[in-house]
Amino acid sequence: MPVNPSFAGRSYPPTPPYRVSREKIREFADAISDPNPAYRSVDAAKALGHADVVAPPTFPIVLTLPAGQQFITDPDAGVDYSRVVHGEQRFVHERPVVAGDELQVTLSIDSIRSAAGNELISTRTEVRTTADELVSTAHAIIVVRGGGDD
Amino acid sequence: MTEVGTQLPAQDFPISRVDLVRYCGASGDFNVIHWNERVAKSVGLPDVIAHGMLTMAIAIRVVTDWAGDPAAVVEYGVRFTRPVIVPDPGEAVLHVEGTVRAVRDDGLAEVDLTATVDGQTVLAKARAIVRPPAG
Repeated sequence: MPVNPSFAGRSYPPTPPYRVSREKIREFADAISDPNPAYRSVDAAKALGHADVVAPPTFPIVLTLPAGQQFITDPDAGVDYSRVVHGEQRFVHERPVVAGDELQVTLSIDSIRSAAGNELISTRTEVRTTADELVSTAHAIIVVRGGGDD
Repeated sequence: MTEVGTQLPAQDFPISRVDLVRYCGASGDFNVIHWNERVAKSVGLPDVIAHGMLTMAIAIRVVTDWAGDPAAVVEYGVRFTRPVIVPDPGEAVLHVEGTVRAVRDDGLAEVDLTATVDGQTVLAKARAIVRPPAG
């Protein structure tokens, strides 16, 4: 079943607020085996000029991945999840995520196109504070592999 | 002094099954192919594979360790080209190198990363834009 092309251009409502904790940042840093003290020590982060511990550059995926599920799991979107592969990912940071941030993310489907028998879905997920400050934008390309060619 | 061609210190990062389980928990991505060998093989993979996002997260350490402040990374993107197969027993070793490809007028450096496992490229178009370290 092809991906429903009418979803291109669609934006979803902001997700419920997510409060970033020091503990979650530390857990994520542990999971990527990165010992950087700026992820764990308030003093170390402040010495670098930050208000609180900072999150690793790819941390926003914790919020943007579930946001993407709104589209992928929508039966009307026609996405065969068993054929989904993560093609590309890019983060553009206006500033680092820091502990204490209260964030909401907004998913938009920028384009849906076919290439080499696969379908490529470009998504853009904006991460904003509840005060509507843009913190980061995550761009992803989701690949839905075509049938029978792998 | 950061200039075009500056090499960032290369690093080797081991990845084992427990790292995948930990990343499942921390990221919320519990896709079965990252922890269940039976299912991974049933969908045509040679074995359990690492999350692309875990590989991406590990690779940027070459840049954040060089820059000193992880928040110096203002942009970071990759293309996932080849799965990182994580054997059991054993581990995959991700080798990451970085080179400054350009220094912008605003002082930001564009860093090209290469990420390989056993000599095979696993991330393509891996590029970060970063405030370089002082001095």
